[in-house]
Amino acid sequence: MRQDTRVKLEIAGVGHAYGDLRTLDSLTLAGEAHEVIGLVGPSGCGKSTLLELICGLQEPTEGAIAIDGGSVAEARLERCALMPQRDLLLPWYSAIDNAALALRNRGMKRAEARAEAAELFDRFGLAGFEAARPAELSGGMRQRVAFLRTLIAGKPVLALDEPFASLDAITRAEMQEWLAAALRTAPRTTILVTHDVEEALYLCDRVAVMSARPGHIVAELSAPHPRAEDRDGAVTDPKFVSAREKALRTLRQTLRGS
Amino acid sequence: MHDKGTTKWDGAWKWVLPALFLLTLVGLWQVAASAGLLADLFGLEDFLVPSPAEIGEALWENRSLLAENAWVTLREILLGFACALVAGVAFAIAMHLSGFVLRSTYPLVIASQTIPIVAIAPILVIWFGFGIVPKVLVVALVCFFPITVATLNGLSSVDPEANKMMRTLYASRWQIFRRLSAPTSLPYLFTGIKISIVFAPIGALFGEWVGASSGLGHQILQDNAQLQTARLFAAVAILSAIGLILFGLVALIERRVVTWR
Repeated sequence: MRQDTRVKLEIAGVGHAYGDLRTLDSLTLAGEAHEVIGLVGPSGCGKSTLLELICGLQEPTEGAIAIDGGSVAEARLERCALMPQRDLLLPWYSAIDNAALALRNRGMKRAEARAEAAELFDRFGLAGFEAARPAELSGGMRQRVAFLRTLIAGKPVLALDEPFASLDAITRAEMQEWLAAALRTAPRTTILVTHDVEEALYLCDRVAVMSARPGHIVAELSAPHPRAEDRDGAVTDPKFVSAREKALRTLRQTLRGS
Repeated sequence: MHDKGTTKWDGAWKWVLPALFLLTLVGLWQVAASAGLLADLFGLEDFLVPSPAEIGEALWENRSLLAENAWVTLREILLGFACALVAGVAFAIAMHLSGFVLRSTYPLVIASQTIPIVAIAPILVIWFGFGIVPKVLVVALVCFFPITVATLNGLSSVDPEANKMMRTLYASRWQIFRRLSAPTSLPYLFTGIKISIVFAPIGALFGEWVGASSGLGHQILQDNAQLQTARLFAAVAILSAIGLILFGLVALIERRVVTWR
């Protein structure tokens, strides 16, 4: 059931339009196996559309997206799991049943699926919350369950769409550390869309800056300390600070140019 | 602690206030009727304006007759409602799954609501006779619309983002329906059921008025003709109680089923 997670992602000359509205234009980006790539850019530049294209939920109007060589939408859908902006936990299921959704969808018996999810709950600091309903969980906890739900699908590529946008600053920093640890334990080729440059530079190996609509990549910056165990140390490091300044400057130029 | 106490107190008042108001109304009615004030006011004989106590007496004296007729009407209500529930949910699912079915039938479903059921009831009697069938059909027709529209609304209210997420989690169309769309639509379905269960007794009443030899509607007509006003009121009270109890039952089931609200 589990797929080999060491897969490459290739996005070549992708264009996309909703009717007359062009959302993406000649977008090219490549991701190595287990690389975490951040996508930052102005609002409405097509970041979420790009994630949907990567996941095989839509086909690009031009160009091609391939995961491990497979470029048709079905092949991408098979290899990519999406974590949407809102946690979208189903309120009628317990936390563990939410996390185990992909296993149940693949026909696994409930008890088995729960047992497999329970292991991850233990590993990722959610032990004791298995039976809780989503409404009983805090925002951070809900995002953790939502991430595990994405991870449990066992797919080699993760598409994370602003996973922490709705959280307060402190919970957000905690969740970044948590996700960094999770990705160290269970590395995946990951695309992380975020508005937060600092979050992108801390969690990702590389950060791609997108232009305003129709979106394309205007700059790629490598992060100095991706997913470092000591988050506070990493983000105050001069190299990190200067990378952040550079990223912000690029973003500002992009905004001015639009 | 304090908050909890306040909530409990509020909960109690929720019932106490309307109960007190109802008791006051019934009390005033009792005084006005037994003193002959109401009869004088309407210029009627005393027995045509019964007091609550007289209605209670009629209820007790005619209990077996009323119970017999109530059972007939209740059966019509439950059968008609069950038919509407099955047909309404099935039809809503068909409209949800097929754009063709939705586009070709939904406007007709809406338009059908402009046809007064009262006008159709006599035709149903001509077609299906004086038995239980036309009554069940009238009840079903009354209940069908709220159930269908509510279920369809519920199915359409599924978050498209959740739908996409489910697709990336290996969900088939059936699994998306079972694990996402159906539970999402459940609270809507219950709203439809609650609306229709209140109207169902009225449907049964219409069905019986057009042609019946038993049932509360039939008895109300007879009591009206025989000027048995106290018994007539008793039948009305029973019909209303049936509606209330069914509504309460549905609310209870909803609380058991829709546990996430």
